[in-house]
Amino acid sequence: MKMELHSDPGMLCVVRAAMEQLTDVFGFSAPETRSVTRAVDEALTNIMRHSYGGQVDRPIEILCHRVPKRPGTGDGFEVLLTDRGPAVDKSKLKGRRLDEIKPGGLGLHFIRQSMDVVEFKREQGANLLQLVKYLKAEKQD
Amino acid sequence: MQISARRMDKTTIFDVSGDIDLANSPEIRKALLKEIKETKTPRVVMNLLKVRYIDSSGVASLVEGLKASRDAGTRFILFGLSPAAREVLQLSRLLKIFEVHDTEEQALA
Repeated sequence: MKMELHSDPGMLCVVRAAMEQLTDVFGFSAPETRSVTRAVDEALTNIMRHSYGGQVDRPIEILCHRVPKRPGTGDGFEVLLTDRGPAVDKSKLKGRRLDEIKPGGLGLHFIRQSMDVVEFKREQGANLLQLVKYLKAEKQD
Repeated sequence: MQISARRMDKTTIFDVSGDIDLANSPEIRKALLKEIKETKTPRVVMNLLKVRYIDSSGVASLVEGLKASRDAGTRFILFGLSPAAREVLQLSRLLKIFEVHDTEEQALA
């Protein structure tokens, strides 16, 4: 599935609704569905806030694929998010320490806790974020 | 997202419905900080029974409310957390930091 949207926070609820449906159909449990939806939502929020600095008319592309299983897992649900903002400074992709009680810095933490693969790349002038969550392996009888 | 306030003696209850995300968390933050810092209400209660989803920006607004209430020496209480809202506070290890109740009756006890 492919979605193209503008960096308007008003679109976040639309993407969440689509992700909930897709991940449910893919076979994830309710907590896993919430988890993947949260990761995609937080990734989009980061793009809107940090990559595009709050501009609401910049392009974002979301691609969802089924990817092959890894040893000990079922198939994977891959989400590729692309934006045309400035290159991401990977040294700043740390999130905050969780023993600090302060607002902010939680989004990346939620993404990493939710997904099995989180990879940032810069390709052809665009930021590419790859997120993958694998289904649990089917039990053998 | 919709937010409305019920004011009674020394307590304000904010009834919130819908999803709290980047599109509307500034509105939550503004309402909370005004009630705590300017109105100086001794007890501010967030009714989250009709909130299905909270993102990190929503959590940040709640943390700001909590910090403002601590600075002011007042109480800041949450009740009616959905599974998604509870998960997000657990993931951020903030669930134990907030005063959280299941029902309005418990929150006001």
